[in-house]
Amino acid sequence: MTVNNEIKKSFLASVWFMFLTFPIMVIKVNTVSNTVEWRWMNMVGVGVGAFFLSMLWRYLLVKKEMGGKKEKTDKPGLVQRVLGERKFAVPALVVLGIFTLVFPHLFSMYQTNIMISALIYVMLGLGLNIVVGLAGLLDLGYVAFFAVGAYSYALLNLHYGLTFWIALPLGGLLAGCFGLILGYPVLRLRGDYLAIVTLGFGEIIRLVLENWNEFSYGPSGIANIPKPPLFGLDLSLNQKTIYLFYILVALVIFTIFVINRLQDSRIGRAWIALKDDEIACQAMGIDKAKTKLRAFALGATWAGMGGVIFAAKTTFINPASFTIWESVIILCTVVLGGMGSIVGVISGALLLILLPEYLRDFGEFRMITFGTVLVLMMVFRPGGIVENVRKTYTFKR
Amino acid sequence: MKPILEVNNLTMDFGGLRAIDHLNISINKGEIAALIGPNGAGKTTFFNCITGIYTPTGGDVRISRDGKPERINGLKPNVVTRKGLARTFQNIRLFNSMTVLENVMIGCHPVTKTGVLGAIFRTRATRAEEKLIVERSYAILEKIGLDKYVNELAVNLPYGAQRRLEIARAMATDPFLLLLDEPAAGMNPQETLELDELILKIRDEDKISVLLIEHDMKLVMSLSDNIHVVDYGKKIAEGGPEEIRNNPVVIKAYLGEEIDA
Repeated sequence: MTVNNEIKKSFLASVWFMFLTFPIMVIKVNTVSNTVEWRWMNMVGVGVGAFFLSMLWRYLLVKKEMGGKKEKTDKPGLVQRVLGERKFAVPALVVLGIFTLVFPHLFSMYQTNIMISALIYVMLGLGLNIVVGLAGLLDLGYVAFFAVGAYSYALLNLHYGLTFWIALPLGGLLAGCFGLILGYPVLRLRGDYLAIVTLGFGEIIRLVLENWNEFSYGPSGIANIPKPPLFGLDLSLNQKTIYLFYILVALVIFTIFVINRLQDSRIGRAWIALKDDEIACQAMGIDKAKTKLRAFALGATWAGMGGVIFAAKTTFINPASFTIWESVIILCTVVLGGMGSIVGVISGALLLILLPEYLRDFGEFRMITFGTVLVLMMVFRPGGIVENVRKTYTFKR
Repeated sequence: MKPILEVNNLTMDFGGLRAIDHLNISINKGEIAALIGPNGAGKTTFFNCITGIYTPTGGDVRISRDGKPERINGLKPNVVTRKGLARTFQNIRLFNSMTVLENVMIGCHPVTKTGVLGAIFRTRATRAEEKLIVERSYAILEKIGLDKYVNELAVNLPYGAQRRLEIARAMATDPFLLLLDEPAAGMNPQETLELDELILKIRDEDKISVLLIEHDMKLVMSLSDNIHVVDYGKKIAEGGPEEIRNNPVVIKAYLGEEIDA
């Protein structure tokens, strides 16, 4: 009965699709010879394709629901279990480390450059993960802090000749200050309201950069930003890129280290408690304002450092690089990867940035494929690629 | 002896509604006091006023922990907690995604001080503090009788245990006065009996005074040294259990007036 029902539904779906695509897939008007061409074969193709895709979709949904019923317990997924076991985790990390070290020598410059972009997003994703994943504050204007970092390097270098290594902490610090500035007025806001205010903040920063010509050189941007120097050595462009890649890898490791430590501390616990219940949290003596500001400032600091590296990588920045779309992508990496999970956010960022690059062969279907992957992921794995299983304290006597 | 909590002429208006009307309550050290009254009398509002969730529109709230009086109205809830007033909630507000132990560990927040840098570098002081937090939390759970649930998620606990966990969490903040908002609500008679013992133990062993809101009269009468009765935001009676039981005003507030035919 149910199978028949499913077939019926799929059949209806395919008829509906044939109807919808009829004008574009079947009718073709040849304006030169003034004839109409009826491509009935296309209609058959659409019908059969839609029918089978619909069947597959239904099958997967049913399977997911069955699976969901079976495992309601808090059993960690495969990835968590593998990472939890030392005998798997250590060799895996060693292999990953060696692969990362030889990556720029093994692959072309193009690949290294893509990887650098992806790693910048890994950093941004991990930073936003503090705000969204740990403290539960939905921030849609995260790119503003990224812009602050990038522009602070570009401008400090332009006016005062500051080098990358001084600009990196300064950019982080400045972005952190902006985090505090944004944090103060929005402390009382939650959820949707907070998202809208942060969205506005992100746009304000971009518009200021676009229109304040004397300060930021407007839409024409700032060019000739130097790449990081290595003890005054004269490096070729290739070597500079490889050097930047290694710097970024080190920074990502540093980020993971810091977030891991924070997560597993008095402060990280306060964030999680704040996400669970604000009033109870305050009744436990936790300062709501301070805890939220900490999350905002720390998240922003990482965006700022990411911005400095971005400026060093592209050597040219203008406001077009800091649109709302970037914020959305960063938020997607966090949600898709798995909120609160470090491994998840890293895989999410790599997937979201690398996928569109490698899909370039698909030409115009690139963004459709990208969108489809996003939709499928959210339907079948709403917790993200690697769902966060929070490390809980287990008490042993 | 000076009272540890002294509330003078406390008034709370919500627009035109006066939820609390010139209420005076004082609690002495080592006392178990109860605040009773019909539904909507303003008992929980009173708790919210003295714990900083609401800012009272009039009157004074003074505490004195070590004989030094201090005015606390208008302070934020987290500051009030740090000063030694801990509370539980009528509708249970546990951190559901955390384990029982972690819930109590959150309660240790006011008595610890690791900051961002301490957390990142995990200094010796931080590690010592973390160890202390875990041990302290476990000791509290043991006392409350929840040690068998230590690694369970708070949300999976039976109802009575969740109420006790709220008490454990409040105890972790190192209070001198515990404010319990209907701690026995939804408990079965056996659980209520255990709660009775627990509250006495908290008072006698930890030297923490208790003020509770409760509808279970049996519990109130057996526990309380002093009972305050409020109705429509006003105090209508105060006294020991015997006195309150026979007070005609209280009976009237609860049961209504007898109509003589």
